[in-house]
Amino acid sequence: MGSVTNSALEKEHLVHHDHVHHDDDHEESFITKYVFSQDHKTISRQFLITAVIMAVVAMTMSVIFRMQLAWPGEKFAFVNALLGDKWAKDGILDPNMYLALVTIHGTIMVFFVLTGGLSGTFSNLLIPYQVGARDMASGFLNMLSYWFFFLSTCIMLGSCFIDDGPASAGWTIYPPLSAVPQAIPGSKLGMTMWLISMTIFVVSSLLGSLNYIITVFNLRTKGMTMTRLPLTVWAFLITAILGVLSFPVLVSCVALLIMDRSFGTSFYLSDIYIGGRPLDNVGGSPILFEHLFWFLGHPEVYIVLLPALGITSEIIATNSRKPIFGYRAMIGSILAIGFLSFIVWGHHMYMTGMNPFLGSVFVFTTLLIAIPSAVKAFNYITTLWKGNLQFTPAMLFSIGLVSSFITGGVTGIILADSTLDINVHDTYFVVAHFHIVMGLSAIFGMFAGVYHWFPKLFLRMMNKKLGYVHFWFTLVCAYGTFFPQHFLGLAGVPRRYYTNSNFPMFDNLVDINEICTISAIIGALAQGIFLFNFFYSMFRGEKAPQNPWNSNTLEWTTPVANTHGNWPGALPTVHRWPYDYSKPGKEKDFVPQTVPLEEGEIDGGGH
Amino acid sequence: MKLLVLLAIVLLIIAGHQLLRIIELSRGLKKTTEWQVTSADNDRMGKILLVFMILFFAFFFWQANRWNERALPLASSEHGLKIDALWDANMNYIVVPVFLITNFFLFWFAFKYRGLSNTKAVFFPHNNKLELAWTVIPAFALAFIIIFGLKYWNEIMSESDKADKVVIELYAKQFDWTARYAGKDGKLGETDFRQISGSNSVGMDTADVLGNDDILVKNEFHIPVGKEIVLYMRSRDVLHSAYLPHFRAQMNCVPGMITTFKFIPNKTTMEMRKDPYVKQMMAGINKQRDKFGDEPVEFDYLLLCNKICGASHFNMQMNLIVDTQADYDAWIAKQKSFKTVAVKTESK
Repeated sequence: MGSVTNSALEKEHLVHHDHVHHDDDHEESFITKYVFSQDHKTISRQFLITAVIMAVVAMTMSVIFRMQLAWPGEKFAFVNALLGDKWAKDGILDPNMYLALVTIHGTIMVFFVLTGGLSGTFSNLLIPYQVGARDMASGFLNMLSYWFFFLSTCIMLGSCFIDDGPASAGWTIYPPLSAVPQAIPGSKLGMTMWLISMTIFVVSSLLGSLNYIITVFNLRTKGMTMTRLPLTVWAFLITAILGVLSFPVLVSCVALLIMDRSFGTSFYLSDIYIGGRPLDNVGGSPILFEHLFWFLGHPEVYIVLLPALGITSEIIATNSRKPIFGYRAMIGSILAIGFLSFIVWGHHMYMTGMNPFLGSVFVFTTLLIAIPSAVKAFNYITTLWKGNLQFTPAMLFSIGLVSSFITGGVTGIILADSTLDINVHDTYFVVAHFHIVMGLSAIFGMFAGVYHWFPKLFLRMMNKKLGYVHFWFTLVCAYGTFFPQHFLGLAGVPRRYYTNSNFPMFDNLVDINEICTISAIIGALAQGIFLFNFFYSMFRGEKAPQNPWNSNTLEWTTPVANTHGNWPGALPTVHRWPYDYSKPGKEKDFVPQTVPLEEGEIDGGGH
Repeated sequence: MKLLVLLAIVLLIIAGHQLLRIIELSRGLKKTTEWQVTSADNDRMGKILLVFMILFFAFFFWQANRWNERALPLASSEHGLKIDALWDANMNYIVVPVFLITNFFLFWFAFKYRGLSNTKAVFFPHNNKLELAWTVIPAFALAFIIIFGLKYWNEIMSESDKADKVVIELYAKQFDWTARYAGKDGKLGETDFRQISGSNSVGMDTADVLGNDDILVKNEFHIPVGKEIVLYMRSRDVLHSAYLPHFRAQMNCVPGMITTFKFIPNKTTMEMRKDPYVKQMMAGINKQRDKFGDEPVEFDYLLLCNKICGASHFNMQMNLIVDTQADYDAWIAKQKSFKTVAVKTESK
């Protein structure tokens, strides 16, 4: 992009901007301002609030099935109150509903909270703000992105209320279980709705991601070179690229499943005898499905994680009052993780009957990805070293993220090794691993982001003390829930068992399951503190100052108002990288990106 | 009752609202900025982070100490012992040290550099030597993991080259297992899913004479110790996974495909029942069963389903007995072949 294009765009924006102001004052109705808004800030808020609601739903589901696992056969009045007599007669959870809850919990958490919620909220909020743009490249597509997301949310939630229950083949919906309605009630209408919902979700994700990519490439303000971008934007950019390249494969995967389910094809089906008769489908293979699914499924893990890591990079640097250590190495590791994430999907399939030689290739590529991940962890720790750490709730959550990223990451080394995977594949060891990485790290990243950018989201401050209480309850309970599950895995407990009580060999694990469940319940209740703080502060919190955390990035140069176009006057010009914290010879311990370089001053971490 | 709960909730909300009003009013008077982090906050949080680290590590060691004895006993198969050794090497030399050391530095730095009133941050944007070090060191560690992992993987997954072996098919369906032995000829008969019926539950191809001497067993199957067991897996309906945790063996059962796994068991069921570790473990299990009011049990090898397959996935199991060769020979001699069973059912 030459400067010509940039200034041309800016001229256009100024014109556009005047026009918009006119709208603000006179014409914009409630509907266009709050509902069908094309403003990136409003869309960001819409994504966030939807994701918060979805997270509460998914968390409640997890409490229900955790209680079943700790106290199988016990009667819980509240389970009956939530699920009714059909699915929880006398308050005892039905096995089919157990599987349905597990499935929908996973689906909501992975896609609706950590993909839609995390990227949707923070890419929308921060990309235009931090690159210095008036809005997304296409506000209209951005609006569509949210409303497709909303529609898919409604369909997914709606599927929980139908007669046969929602999809219940696990969030990975492996056929034939998901393809043959005779196999499980959830594979009737529930699965159809799941597939439609996911397809619409992918439309939303693609519209969003394309917008993010174009905005980062084309709408950077003057002086904002790629190596002056905050790491948040780098992370969102690579995340969006991963999404664009991998989500369409999920659609094709889903489309073939729809064909198999409804139109008699046999992409995934062969030699099946069920419901007292042989099926006509011959020649397909479920392994094809697994390849297609995990071709999305693994990049998806990084689609979930990279934004959280980006958010953390920014928050740790700001609150350490130090530049992020190894800025370019951080970019390099984001790129490396992004690239490698496309050639590791087979590590989910070591035990599927896939050619073992193929398995060994994936062992190699998967373990390679540990290197950039390790670099990131070490760089975070070095950023803390000799810093002046300001423990805002966001900073605490970021530290929690680094801790859980390490704790969950190291067991990934075990699981990536096909030999060691043989015995823990699909056991609670895996459950512990990915919950610590996604359920802790990525969620902590999301919390950190909400606490840190709340002043930009809702122009008010969240309560710090409640934030502290929320953090400590969450950290302790989250580890308390998932750390013991490693030991369940070492005892050989398979995941997705309705109860472990049918095997005497698991009888001595009752107390471990109880610890997990009690932690989960306390942790879930503690989220009430967050929800209260979130909604209360939205309306009644203290008014935010312009730059509460003394941060360098561009979003803190915007006024504390919902200005359409972000900056009332001309767009800011960028003169330096975003991490000039505690730079020697400066008056303050931060130098915003808009401050010109002094004579002889070197940019980008030079002295 | 429900009304009472509702009333309590409403009262709670009203009380909360009043409390908030008071807080808001007092805040208005004092004009504080509650959200601002003070050095007192930093001091407190830094210390709590350090305490958390100590408790976290204590929790880890407590679990490892207390629950390790509930982990699966040492592998009962030859390749499984190698897996266990590799597991221990990875855990003890890489995973646990990295977990402890990096978490230690994280929380220690968080504590040490907490922002007190006189704390100054050092401008330290990058250092090539450091970054090179922690790119190269993990690379070496990973090379070790990859090399040993793949060596064993290739051994475990290579095709059986032993002449003297026992061939067994594990046939999965919702929600039970059938084991099919190759019989005297050592060859499994062909199958055809269209021929599945009440008397032909695994879909034997009746035209294939190789299948006539095949032996079908349910609920419990036997294998001889010290001999290579070659398992072939099939599924009738959906994905299942044949999981034999004590042998470190697992493979999915895929409709339309035959998958395989081989292993050599090295301890009979009887030997396992006398093993001190297993005895202690079973004592713990029986203690818990006593609390539930269940009968005490003895150790048994088990085949579990480890891939979500439907409502009764959690109860899809089959017992497995590892016998001495003599016991196994005696057991298999008593089993009826497919042909005799089929003929009998037809004549009924």
